[in-house]
Amino acid sequence: MITPKNLDEALTLLADRAAGWKPCAGGTDLMVLFEAGKLNHTKFVNIAALTELHGIEERSDAIEIKALTTYTDILKHATIQREFPSLVTAAALTGAVAIQNRGTIGGNIVNASPAADSPPALLAYDAQVELISVKGVRRLAYADFHKGYKQMDLQPGELLKSVLLPRTHAELHHYYRKVGTRRAQAISKVCFCGVVEREDRIKNIRIALGSVAPIPLRARRTETFLIGKQLSSKIIDEAKKIIDQEISPIDDIRSTAKYRRRVTQNLLEEFLCGTGSTN
Amino acid sequence: MPKQIITCTINGQSQRLDAHPMSRLLDVLREHGLTGTKEGCGEGECGACSIFFNGRVVNSCLVPALQAEGATMTTIEGIANGEQLHAVQEAFLKYGGAQCGICTPGMIMAAVALLKEKPNPTEADIREGLAGNLCRCTGYMKIFESVMRVFKGKGTDLEETCPHK
Amino acid sequence: MAENAIGQSVVRREGREKVTGQAKYVDDLSFPGMIFGATVRSSVPRGRIRTISFEGTIPWNEFVIVTAKDVPGKNIVALIEHDQPYLADGMVNHPEEAIVLLAHPDKYLLEEARRHVRIEIDPLPAIFTIEDSLAQKEIVWGKDNVQKSFLIETGNMKDAWTNGHVVVEGAYETGAQEQLYIEPQGMIAVANPADGVTVRGSLQCPFYIHKALIELFALPPEKIRVIQTETGGGFGGKEEYPTIIAGHAALLAWKSGRPVKIIYDRAEDMVATTKRHPSRTKIKTAVDKQGKLTAMNIDFVIDGGAYVTLSPVVLSRGTLHSFGPYACPNVKITSKAVATNTPPHGAFRGFGAPQSLFAIERHMDRVARKVGLSPDEFRRRNFLSDGKTMPTGQIVRDGVDLSALLDRALELSHFHDKRRRFARENTTSAIKKGMGLATFMHGAGFTGSGEAYLASIVAIEATKEGIVRVLTSSTEIGQGKNTVFAQIVAETLRIPIDRIEVTMPDTAIVPNSGPTVASRTAMVVGGLVAEAAKNLKELLKKKDIHFPVKVTAQYQQPKDISFDDKTYRGDAYGTYAWAVYVAEVSVDTVTYEAHVDDFVAVQEIGKVLNPTLASGQIEGGVAQAIGMVLYEKVEWKEGRMVNGQMTNYIMPTSVDVPPIRVFFEGVPYRHSPTGAKGIGELPMDGPAPAILNAIEDAIGVSINKIPCLPEDILEAMERSRA
Repeated sequence: MITPKNLDEALTLLADRAAGWKPCAGGTDLMVLFEAGKLNHTKFVNIAALTELHGIEERSDAIEIKALTTYTDILKHATIQREFPSLVTAAALTGAVAIQNRGTIGGNIVNASPAADSPPALLAYDAQVELISVKGVRRLAYADFHKGYKQMDLQPGELLKSVLLPRTHAELHHYYRKVGTRRAQAISKVCFCGVVEREDRIKNIRIALGSVAPIPLRARRTETFLIGKQLSSKIIDEAKKIIDQEISPIDDIRSTAKYRRRVTQNLLEEFLCGTGSTN
Repeated sequence: MPKQIITCTINGQSQRLDAHPMSRLLDVLREHGLTGTKEGCGEGECGACSIFFNGRVVNSCLVPALQAEGATMTTIEGIANGEQLHAVQEAFLKYGGAQCGICTPGMIMAAVALLKEKPNPTEADIREGLAGNLCRCTGYMKIFESVMRVFKGKGTDLEETCPHK
Repeated sequence: MAENAIGQSVVRREGREKVTGQAKYVDDLSFPGMIFGATVRSSVPRGRIRTISFEGTIPWNEFVIVTAKDVPGKNIVALIEHDQPYLADGMVNHPEEAIVLLAHPDKYLLEEARRHVRIEIDPLPAIFTIEDSLAQKEIVWGKDNVQKSFLIETGNMKDAWTNGHVVVEGAYETGAQEQLYIEPQGMIAVANPADGVTVRGSLQCPFYIHKALIELFALPPEKIRVIQTETGGGFGGKEEYPTIIAGHAALLAWKSGRPVKIIYDRAEDMVATTKRHPSRTKIKTAVDKQGKLTAMNIDFVIDGGAYVTLSPVVLSRGTLHSFGPYACPNVKITSKAVATNTPPHGAFRGFGAPQSLFAIERHMDRVARKVGLSPDEFRRRNFLSDGKTMPTGQIVRDGVDLSALLDRALELSHFHDKRRRFARENTTSAIKKGMGLATFMHGAGFTGSGEAYLASIVAIEATKEGIVRVLTSSTEIGQGKNTVFAQIVAETLRIPIDRIEVTMPDTAIVPNSGPTVASRTAMVVGGLVAEAAKNLKELLKKKDIHFPVKVTAQYQQPKDISFDDKTYRGDAYGTYAWAVYVAEVSVDTVTYEAHVDDFVAVQEIGKVLNPTLASGQIEGGVAQAIGMVLYEKVEWKEGRMVNGQMTNYIMPTSVDVPPIRVFFEGVPYRHSPTGAKGIGELPMDGPAPAILNAIEDAIGVSINKIPCLPEDILEAMERSRA
């Protein structure tokens, strides 16, 4: 492992594909795998101290969260608390304090676990991500970033630079619920994040899920179905059927596909009825 | 992996540690004689290896040694002021917060961090603040009581003895 | 000395070392020239070892390698049956069985090497469940897979089922549970033919290890020395398994001539060491028109795993608690421990009793429902009380008033008020709440004639400087033995507590006061400490004393306690702790998660020696039992635990436990000089049935299997709807 002086040096190292360098930030995921002998890799670029990748910037149209921002930084940020409460909830439910102090938003994204806690919130807030390499910066919708299980639109030599959350003046109802077996330090079995703008009818809605598909999933068909609808038990029942078709959960050591399906539907109902743990 | 010298500050003393860059900080500290920091799981789940790292509580099993370069750290050995126990240590001793003692150093680090952040914690604050530190002996009740007693009692001397304000 | 004496919350003796990080656990110790040991295990549940090869680019010549052929004495772990080898020789019978030991100075290279030992095994058919073992789908142990069985019969079973009584049948299951002490297991051994074998480590029972190493090395007792290091939790998990690690470390040390340290990492500790025995219990009861039990037929089976280890005694305790704290004239209990090809199950706080008490206490709730009585009233009509007889023929003489305990628990928990209120509120809420209770007892000390057979000895020394030293083999594992023994001596001798030293067990120094198990330390060993202290007091009255002086006390079975091991009749335990626990639970019907919101634990445990330590035991036990019920599930695949990480085997955190409210009643035990009874295991027994009874109260669904995770609640709700 080596510590580069600055971002440029880090990007140069990472650009040399033959050398085989990989980035390491807070280490909260990577060190577990490394210690368990599940990473053959030993060449790491220590990016933790790169100042270029730290900080939260508020602009009029968006909040930019740099990749090395920790969960603790996120959950203490007043504007994020006010405008993106589900991301704060997600950060507060990621590990516990010691993990929140080290784990980074960038790491949570590029570790690409379908069970990660912040991606559903980022998807529901329609986030964009910026990627940087020696070739420059590119931006894409976060919803297009995850391609398959542990597959991302991330080229060799590219680092996640920042996450952008578009700001809005709309009156939103925010809902985030992580279902793990225990209330803290859990790995989610189902994670549900919803944002809805509602007048008489549903004007705008975004729904995202964790742990029920190979990737953090945006439930677009369910959203499309619900937009313009006036809620009724019949509409909710239909939406539940649609979301059930969108997800593809599995049986594993943490839960069952059946449980994940049922709970996803129940959470959708709770979200739509606005009775549950809202922010 | 070749070793390298890592310069850092531990418990107020500047130190040069000879370590593999990807070694776990936990192992490096323990090999350095600071065995008060314990290993319970090696995956950031139990909190027994909690230390202060640049003023924040972290799981030392998840910190690669190289990242300790230039860092300021406090371990359980640096919490008491010589023979004078820290108020949190005193409370754990008096109110039964320690049983088998293996989670205790990490738990005390987490409790000190919590009280630094929230000097007047509610019960919910205490529960959340300690949720990363697993204890199998106490059922947590006496740990909550210990932390509660610190702030109800002489919570102020925390500031005097806590190395990171 | 009032402030130092019995009944006071004296501060933990070794507490200062623990809160400052100065306490030395086994992994904190190092010896000159010390190297590290690792274990290579079977990869299949059952089979014949064909070849062992050492592959890769590992410098094998630098390694110390030990296999079965290196054992100097007998390759058996001496305990109850001599069926388990230290290192598999020819056959393997479970997937975590040790086959090869390695040692090297470099831990990282050692781990690398472990992955490059290739063991070819010709697999044989294996079985993994109680049903398959009972059905003898394969014979994997002895003639019939049965490691032990018991039969207890009293009264006349024939007529009990016929004459208009309400008959209820049920089947109940409990799963494995990992002890999950936060300090993983570990040992350091120094061994050579000249000096013998010395092991230090994290352990509960120094003389178990002592006995086994005598056999393993064919050495005389004085050549084996076992020393406890500060121990980071045990819960039974460090009762028998440390004997294996001690032997392994010693074999490597013996061969290499260097000190060897073996520390299990969490994954190895979880998958390879013992867990709570899974069980299944079938119960059939009859109740007359007055709501009195007239007959009980109980069939209790536990999964012993591949080798016998402690299963016979776990089975025994489970059997002797299976009828609960109830009087019944006609009882038949059959029980069996059966073999499977999983790692042997072993001691875990409660030792069989939590399993069988779960069954009877769930069953009692179901019967109460059937006969139309409230769960408390039905129990009250059947309680044992002084003068009544247990199915073993034991007459209760504890001075216990279970009805009074029940009243207190009902009042403290607002049981009936809340039940009524929840029943009303549940109709309109997605979160359903319920109240559940369990009444139970836990026998203190060894079962049957165990204590008489052990004949424990303690010693106390006094020096001319005025230091009094307490010598026992009882281990401090967090429960507070150091403190309580010091309190007992301080009270008896009327001296300041800081003049008393409670010695860390070292078999070269302390007498055999037995293992630290069975809720026996405060009651049995503490009683002997009091007696020895009295002997010392008498001695010190004499003139011309030459210091240091040493006195002893040895256990003698009280004349009014007797048990027949052949017929299984008599006083199974000298005394019992008695308890009523109430759980308030909510079930979220959106996520099927159950949460314990409040917990009341009322118990009669004899004289409370140290209230802080005693309530700490109850709180910790209740939390551990809540884990057993709602969070902790061992996922098995072919006899192997596949969720052996703290991330995937979920124990309760600080946000998951309810307020645990502990209340004591104290009727001093007549045969204990201090009046104390056993306490450590009791809190493991009650929470499981209380919580599942509360879940049934909340959602109207009867669940008879633990652990009961949200997935299980979903399934149960669907079954009941269907």
